[in-house]
Amino acid sequence: MTNSPLTPGIVPGRLPADRIVANFADHEGALDRHEAQVAADRCYFCHDAPCIAACPTGIDIPLFIRQIATGTAQAAATTIWAQNILGGMCARVCPTETLCEQACVREAAEGKPVEIGRLQRFATDTAMASGLHPFTRAARTGKSVAVVGAGPAGLSCAHRLALHGHDVVVYERRAKPGGLNEYGIASYKTTGNFAQAEVDWLLKIGGIAVKTGVELGRDITLDGLLASHDAVFLGIGLGGVNALRAGGEDKDGVTNAVDFIATLRQTADLTTLPVGRDVVVIGGGMTAVDAAVQSRLLGAENVTIVYRRGQEKMSASGYEQDHATSAGVRIICNAAPVAVHGNGAVREVEFAYTVDVPDGLTLTAETFLLKADQVFKAIGQTLTGAPEAATVTGGKITALPSRVWAGGDCAAGGEDLTVTAVAQGRDAAEQIHSFLRG
Amino acid sequence: MANLTSDFIGIKSPNPFWLASAPPTDKEYNVRRAFQAGWGGVVWKTLGSEGPPIVNVNGPRYGAIWGADRRLLGLNNIELITDRPLEVNLREIKAVKRDYKDRAMVVSLMVPCDEDSWKAILRHVEETEADGVELNFGCPHGMAERGMGSAVGQVPEYIEMVTRWVKQNSRMPCIVKLTPNISDIRRPAEAAKRGGADAVSLINTINSITSVNLDDFSPEPMIDGKGTHGGYCGPAVKPIALNMVAEIARNPATHGLPISGIGGVTTWRDAAEFMALGAGNVQVCTAVMTYGFKIVQEMISGLSQYLDDKQMALPDLIGRAVPNVTDWQYLNLNYVTKAQIDQDACIKCGRCYAACEDTSHQAIAMSPDRVFTVKDEDCVACNLCVNVCPVENCITMVEMPKGKVDPRTGTPVGDYANWTTHPNNPSAQAAE
Repeated sequence: MTNSPLTPGIVPGRLPADRIVANFADHEGALDRHEAQVAADRCYFCHDAPCIAACPTGIDIPLFIRQIATGTAQAAATTIWAQNILGGMCARVCPTETLCEQACVREAAEGKPVEIGRLQRFATDTAMASGLHPFTRAARTGKSVAVVGAGPAGLSCAHRLALHGHDVVVYERRAKPGGLNEYGIASYKTTGNFAQAEVDWLLKIGGIAVKTGVELGRDITLDGLLASHDAVFLGIGLGGVNALRAGGEDKDGVTNAVDFIATLRQTADLTTLPVGRDVVVIGGGMTAVDAAVQSRLLGAENVTIVYRRGQEKMSASGYEQDHATSAGVRIICNAAPVAVHGNGAVREVEFAYTVDVPDGLTLTAETFLLKADQVFKAIGQTLTGAPEAATVTGGKITALPSRVWAGGDCAAGGEDLTVTAVAQGRDAAEQIHSFLRG
Repeated sequence: MANLTSDFIGIKSPNPFWLASAPPTDKEYNVRRAFQAGWGGVVWKTLGSEGPPIVNVNGPRYGAIWGADRRLLGLNNIELITDRPLEVNLREIKAVKRDYKDRAMVVSLMVPCDEDSWKAILRHVEETEADGVELNFGCPHGMAERGMGSAVGQVPEYIEMVTRWVKQNSRMPCIVKLTPNISDIRRPAEAAKRGGADAVSLINTINSITSVNLDDFSPEPMIDGKGTHGGYCGPAVKPIALNMVAEIARNPATHGLPISGIGGVTTWRDAAEFMALGAGNVQVCTAVMTYGFKIVQEMISGLSQYLDDKQMALPDLIGRAVPNVTDWQYLNLNYVTKAQIDQDACIKCGRCYAACEDTSHQAIAMSPDRVFTVKDEDCVACNLCVNVCPVENCITMVEMPKGKVDPRTGTPVGDYANWTTHPNNPSAQAAE
């Protein structure tokens, strides 16, 4: 392999194999038993704790931390899973710095919250390693529920339904279950094939059949599902990507960030994955950061995130932004793309500076060029493939016919986060259960 | 820098910090290093009679309890008195004292309860030119079962008898070390005084089982599947020790009897508290067993700074709090305080609320946005909220001025009045 960060174009193997392996190793690292003990000791066991209120799934955080502190990690994991069956993944990918850890009173007291996310990971990893799956399925009810989409919302819904004794069939358009856990999160946040391990573990409840390669609208229809099941849950996510609406967007080298991340996640040997020398990522969310950081880790020489509004409006958290800049990513704010230049393939992207005025975002006359051989679009995903019977408002499913529920990124309510999807899937399952019991 | 020079029953030392009779003072190597580190004196680990040395267990001899972050709060031991030959200890005591004339060298003793045994050991100790002796009537394990240690300390008549033998057979100052494993600490202190003791030292360790192994179902420390009670010490025992020191200091029968304070002294502040309650000096063990000899440097600098800040000399501190130690019946029932929460300091953990609502007087209100406020009409000033609050000085007890109506009782705050004259007291004396 003779490529380096300086090699022009989109090429693989810009860094030696051992560097790439090291770059994609476990990002945050697991706490060992002693570290977990020290971290757990810091929890004040608050009354009606603010961290619980800040968790979309409402995990009893002080209780599980106290259970860690007293040497019972399995009991701690059971507390977590009772509210959030994907607690292991959420421990890895939740933006805890804007959720539980922001609410932690020790953040107020000394700017150093209890490390709730890492403690949650310690508990769930310890319990999963011990083979614990502390749920027993209720007697079979004879009812059948179709879950469309094997992402966090669908899996959460399926597990809760199976727990209550219903039979569940999960239909997934991709080759593997897991949704964005499997295809859409930075690799270094979920190493060791954790997403699939967690799905396998979750399915231990029994009563859940997963059918992959089956797409709603192509292979199955909502009416068909309603005919063969007692209820349907839609957890179809956001399948589309917003366009740049800048000239030249169709040039070679301009791709969706989510596709890049999905490909990266499914590539066993990352030295074979091509990446540009000069990478430009357009957007301001987690997807933009994940694409930009991983481009750097693959060996791209220059990686720039360009966001059209001010930095304070970026939906990527401050922690994620810091992570990006420490990985060598440059962040430019208040600039929007106006044209993609190049002869066949992208050569540079032209941006105009913006001003954010009460009337809306306005382009100024001042422009600049960024050299680019690869451009990732990360300006938001859109709902596609929603059944006709669903009412879509503001790009989200807001109403559904009888016997149909929805949750996760495709549905209205909450932020588009894994943890929110888990909560919505779980809550929909409880509603479906009530409905099926009559 | 304040002068910390100490004169305790005629024994002079450059500071009032001595190492207690315990593992750290068992041999020359340790004691020399302690003196190099700055310790004012040592009480050499307890010597027994001539003859074959006693033996110790060969498995674990310490057990512990910990607070957050594995901070050692309490230590328990089943070690016995020195297991080194008497003549070796005596030779080393003499050698160290010869090189450290400015430091206090006191020798702890425990021999059988007959006068000849005491005569014999005292003769040996005098030859070392040590500054004094401490009679170990305290150890609660091992030796007690052989009729020594706390077996003597729990019988005031024996204390008096042995102390008298010691005073009659030696000119050395004599400190009697008391066991806390007794119902009224004043009785052994009185007995020591009757026997002619120059001082008492307390507390020795408290009988204890620190923990139980829940896999082997054995007390810990565990020796081949079995455990036994040991002596408990360290920061956890300090409150017990402070009370016992204060009881002796304020007891008319023993008031003025010099006291060497022992029990969980870890910092200069602990030492100052013991001294304020009447201790002329302090002895330290667990803290050095946890952190090493160097802590004395903090104790010296801390006590100096405190005395300088207060513009006090060391003797001014000793016993200064004793007049304020009283019986419950003399406490002012018209001293009314109310908890007050500093909203700027509050971090909204709600521990005060949980404690008050679940276990006390339902005197703290919680708003939906987690603002915690005290309901003066329900607050009995118990102080629990202050104690459970993780932020120091966030909750304080504020005294109500005289004449102001206490919203809880509806009566104005009055002048000093105590239980002895309270109308609810069946044996109340009429107020004059």
